[in-house]
Amino acid sequence: MLVKSRTATLAEDGFARLPEKGRSLWADALSRFARNRAAMMGVIILALVILFMALGPLLGRWTIEKIDWDVMGMVAEKGMPSLETGHYFGTDDVGRDLYSRVIQGIGMSLMAGLVSAGVAVAIGTFYGAVSGYFGGRIDSAMMRFVDILYAVPTMFLVIVILMMFGRTVEVLFVSLGAISWMGLARVVRGQTIALRHREFVEAAVAGGARPLAIVYRHVLPNLLGLVAVYASLLIPDMIMVESFLSFLGLGIQDPNTSLGMLISEGSATMMYGTLWQLAFPLFFFVLILFSLYFVGDGLRDALDPKDR
Amino acid sequence: MTIREGEPLLRVEGLSKSFMVSGGMFRAPRELKALQDISFTVRPNETLGIVGESGCGKSTLGRSILQLLRPELGRVVWLGQDLVATRGEVLRKKRKDVQIIFQDPLASLNPRMTVGEIIAEPLRSLMPELNGAERRAKVAETMKAVHLSPDMVNRYPHEFSGGQAQRIGIARALITGPKLIVCDEPVSALDVSIQAQILNLLAELKERMGLTLIFISHNLSVVRHVSDRIMVLYLGRVVELADGEQLYLHPRHPYTRALLASVPIPDPRRARGRDLKGLSGEIPSPIDQPSGCAFRTRCPYAVAPCAEVRPPLEAVPNHGDVACHRWREIGE
Repeated sequence: MLVKSRTATLAEDGFARLPEKGRSLWADALSRFARNRAAMMGVIILALVILFMALGPLLGRWTIEKIDWDVMGMVAEKGMPSLETGHYFGTDDVGRDLYSRVIQGIGMSLMAGLVSAGVAVAIGTFYGAVSGYFGGRIDSAMMRFVDILYAVPTMFLVIVILMMFGRTVEVLFVSLGAISWMGLARVVRGQTIALRHREFVEAAVAGGARPLAIVYRHVLPNLLGLVAVYASLLIPDMIMVESFLSFLGLGIQDPNTSLGMLISEGSATMMYGTLWQLAFPLFFFVLILFSLYFVGDGLRDALDPKDR
Repeated sequence: MTIREGEPLLRVEGLSKSFMVSGGMFRAPRELKALQDISFTVRPNETLGIVGESGCGKSTLGRSILQLLRPELGRVVWLGQDLVATRGEVLRKKRKDVQIIFQDPLASLNPRMTVGEIIAEPLRSLMPELNGAERRAKVAETMKAVHLSPDMVNRYPHEFSGGQAQRIGIARALITGPKLIVCDEPVSALDVSIQAQILNLLAELKERMGLTLIFISHNLSVVRHVSDRIMVLYLGRVVELADGEQLYLHPRHPYTRALLASVPIPDPRRARGRDLKGLSGEIPSPIDQPSGCAFRTRCPYAVAPCAEVRPPLEAVPNHGDVACHRWREIGE
């Protein structure tokens, strides 16, 4: 009896027991994501690729620019992949080690994806949130500007920017991001407008929340899922665009390289019996893109608001 | 801020609110008159019911009182101060006294916040002088007041049922100790069995905390159950305002009669005996409103003059206010 009444008073006290832990939407999404096999496979493959990128140079015996004079001129005969010469992936057409060049290419391509997508997400989210939150004339003006930008051929724009500011890696990445934010800006704007009219935002206004607190506590957290999905799908797109530019010879410059550039070089020498020059970079390129798209798809399924 | 005897807590005078509806790219936007010249008072500790069909401006009225929507015309006088004329920080501070409960309990809770954060938010905004521990204590106390276990503070809204979610909404409205709560269809989205629980909870809280309620609903039985006085809206105008029982037993306006006739009677023998005329037709568009009396297009008693002159809200002896040209002839 005594014990029972004690528990009763404890329960009435409310906080005497530890409050139950709730499941946030993020935790929910994470468990949904973890159950998605394709997406988890993508994460694992990406992790392995990054691990290879980090640890691979420890095994490498050649730098990216060192030319193997023994091989030069006889690439098809002597430059094939081999453990003996230390050219695990063979050499490129001028006798440089493909193994270290592929590792650098992976890094450069991933960087292109991350940095460019990061720039696009930062601009797009801010632009869209401001446009959607303030609405009215500001919104109209901002969105018409986006329409105009859409009408400009972006690849052309990137090339012009590269000519103007110099063909450096930084300029390339930032300019790629700077032409890719419009889609995200539109999506974020739409979502912000929808959020602004949600009842919980009205409730926050009625509860005396200041405008900044509303943006910070109610609008942004509810935008985050959408932005995460969009960003994850933007990364492979950016890698693709960077590779395309490099393929055309407008992107990364020698001695630096990216997967797109290596693929370009490899495809140029396809008919000389040096297929490994195409195969290795292409293999990693496809691997990275596939896993990124699977991860992005998984994120979208996990964070899809319709699923709630 | 003491309330003097007999003085209204809230006085709404000539409130009008319209929205611009764009008809497409090349058409001029048109005006949707959601509220037109609404006046009424709310006395301390009473429950004022507001009924009407969907689209009649009930929710717009609730939001205009709280200044969540800013009316173009009229005044909302709260304890002597016109809220329509206030803005910014002054208005924000006033929000402590007037709170709102929403129709869709889940939509009114931020899915990314825990219940504790949701209930505590008005405290953060309006009583920043409280520290974390005081705030938590107040949240626990308020949760108990609405019969929620304080153990659930760290849960998220999607883990609750509709009825529980509505209790969370009520707790959030209560936490700053308001005097007036606007309940905007607080039970319409809930199961019938849960509706009674929430209504009883509201009645209990009203009694215990000395609250004044404005209760908006399209459900006449629910409004009758809770209200002291009832205001009937049609197309953004007041058509009848009277004491609850009086309005039920002796409705004066044809629209009120029609609304009452549409309430199902659970006893068929009794239902057969009544001769109230039901409503036919659709509610006219608030963009193209009928001339004269807005209700004439559906009114069984309408005569020619109804199309020309809009009936003013007249005081009916021993009843309340009615806006109908023919209330004398129609009788009780």
